[in-house]
Amino acid sequence: MYEHLETAENRDSLKRVVVDPVSRVEGHGKVTLLLDADNKVQQARLHIVEFRGFERFIQGRPYWELPVLVQRLCGICPVSHHLAAAKAIDQLVGIDPENLPVSADKLRRLLHFGQVLQSHALHFFHLSSPDLLFGFESDISKRSVIAVLAEYPDIGVQGVKLRKYGQEVIRMVSGKRIHGTGAIAGGMNKSLTKAERDYLLEDIDQMIAWSAASVALIKKVHCSNLPFYDEFATLRTNYLGLTKPDGALELYHGGIRAKNEHGETIIDHIDYCKYNDYIHEEVRSWTYMKFPYLLSLGQENGWYRVGPLARVNNCDYIDTPLAEAARVEFKAHSGEAMVHSTLAFHWTRLIEVLHCAESIKTLLNDPDIMGSDLVAQGEKRYEGIGVIEAPRGTLFHHYQVDENDIVTKANLIVSTTSNNMAMNESVRQVAAEYLSGRELTEPLLNNLEVAIRAYDPCLSCATHAVGKMPLQLELVDAEGKVIDKLIKHSDGQIERDNA
Amino acid sequence: MSKTITIDGKIIPFEDGQTIMDAAMAAGVYIPHLCHQPEFTPHGSCKLCTVNVNGRNCSACTFPALEGQDILNETEELIEDRKKITQMLFVEGNHFCPSCEKTGNCQLQAVAYHLNMLDNHFPLFYPDREVDASHAEVMIDHNRCIFCTLCVRASHEKDGKDVFAISGRGIHKHLIVNAKSGLLKDTDIDASDQAVHICPTGALLVKRTGYQVPIGERIYDHKQIDQVALAASGSRPVAALPPSMAVGTENIKHGE
Repeated sequence: MYEHLETAENRDSLKRVVVDPVSRVEGHGKVTLLLDADNKVQQARLHIVEFRGFERFIQGRPYWELPVLVQRLCGICPVSHHLAAAKAIDQLVGIDPENLPVSADKLRRLLHFGQVLQSHALHFFHLSSPDLLFGFESDISKRSVIAVLAEYPDIGVQGVKLRKYGQEVIRMVSGKRIHGTGAIAGGMNKSLTKAERDYLLEDIDQMIAWSAASVALIKKVHCSNLPFYDEFATLRTNYLGLTKPDGALELYHGGIRAKNEHGETIIDHIDYCKYNDYIHEEVRSWTYMKFPYLLSLGQENGWYRVGPLARVNNCDYIDTPLAEAARVEFKAHSGEAMVHSTLAFHWTRLIEVLHCAESIKTLLNDPDIMGSDLVAQGEKRYEGIGVIEAPRGTLFHHYQVDENDIVTKANLIVSTTSNNMAMNESVRQVAAEYLSGRELTEPLLNNLEVAIRAYDPCLSCATHAVGKMPLQLELVDAEGKVIDKLIKHSDGQIERDNA
Repeated sequence: MSKTITIDGKIIPFEDGQTIMDAAMAAGVYIPHLCHQPEFTPHGSCKLCTVNVNGRNCSACTFPALEGQDILNETEELIEDRKKITQMLFVEGNHFCPSCEKTGNCQLQAVAYHLNMLDNHFPLFYPDREVDASHAEVMIDHNRCIFCTLCVRASHEKDGKDVFAISGRGIHKHLIVNAKSGLLKDTDIDASDQAVHICPTGALLVKRTGYQVPIGERIYDHKQIDQVALAASGSRPVAALPPSMAVGTENIKHGE
């Protein structure tokens, strides 16, 4: 582990190298390296430099706006925010997940499978496949989906069409490919017509075939580069995610399960409404993103990874046959109870693509998605918590409202936030093992981005620590001398440092 | 023989007592408007219906139709003026169409599309306005009020209640309610009142009903505001716009 590279001593004497912005990720982040005279890395950090603040500005709005308002957090996984908020506001109208009308539940699941399929396809084919097909240090002109389309047209086109199909599923259920409506408190605002269902059924077998081919592709890429793929930026961590009551892979609704690096259960089947008893968040002064951890293990050892690798590692099985066979093969390749390879995020992401495609077919053949019983209502409550497995991992939405239906408090733990510690540790590891002591070049620096990209971070989703964020404000004169410095601590205290 | 006016060179019949707006709408000629609704006393406050009558600008919703009027409606200059007025309405309040529950059913949004308004042009004011959610069934979001007074008129003329009024002048103008506390919950408003349903924007809402109408079934998803307004006024049908002119959402039909 390379925790000592989080903060270097004698920072003023070190040379600074910046990767800004980190490309082919959602949102804005940068990596800074501090190097000594021998080009040895003394400090490596992933900074999230944008700030969104949704938690604050949804206060004062009526709760029924939440699913539509908060989905604007993101253009890639808006459906996940839409549905997490919808699950939370279901509770505000007295509806727990088991009381949601069957048709509404299945339509939401269909919507979510479409979402995960398109987001994963976008990430693998558009953002990451150039690294994986051409090499991490390939020429910069090759590191884009355009080059993939030129040299591997079949793969490129399949990727584009897979993503499009996922977005068509979203459009049929929610009215638009991006930022539709669909889920409302206690249910859904429409079901599928037969024409919409038939339109989606037309291409689903092709999508399953392409998804299966993409799993075969990533398996080939991964296994033909062993042991490098098993070691690059790899961390032995805890993993957290939702599973079904029987331990199967689950994306829409389940209990929280966390396992440690040996595959031993830390917590299981936890009602996510009690997440506060198990998960806390830490803030640090140099990034807008918080650091969540499992309370029972403490700040130092309690951090965990979420997302496809965590889900496939954590689940006992997958309830669709082709994805289950792919999972078994995946687990067998490492021979360990848990697969820790950071690049295996890609492999597991594509196993989930296959699972989504298979699940979409099952749901499309289920007459309930054309049902008319779409909304249920119970007794008003003042607090709602919705948790979902977003493409990038476990997503928590937590709201409180007053007697007038107005939001008074909100807490969002966004998937990427949970991977914050892991992404930083992976960056430090790549910096120490691949970059330290070498003359830095642009292709070499791409290794840092490859490590970050594996997590598929959504940086704009993940930055909301308003009011709690420790900040440092420096006034610097023309010669670069610091003439005044204000420090805001995480407890809100402000201190002037004139030293 | 009936009396006539001309609008953009077209001869339009009218009857005594009709405004230019009345005559135009009856003949299937759309003049953009927000504060006008045929069943309420004209107010002439939004100025979107400004037309040029014999060389002089005036509000079509309040100006009586008179024999011999030569009226300009769809001139480049008037369209540009209307667009500027609409842009000012947007920047003066806080109108966030992407998350607003009125989107797709909002006349302000629809008229902006109709006028091909592509940006705000003016700097946003970001005024600090309140939400009054104190009533059990009805909510005022002052962020979206454009002071059209339709709720004032509807409450007075149809509901017989006088729940609403406009107070203050100029930039300090604001909607008030008839209660010492200043809160909607202390008025005699009811969710079934016409005043609650007349708001052309999302300022007056029935609580807990947002987003229930799916995309594709909202008022302006497949029709422009001129088509909707003329159809509602019972005038002769107008030709459908080509699909490329459709506003508000994507076509829900598959395979587009």
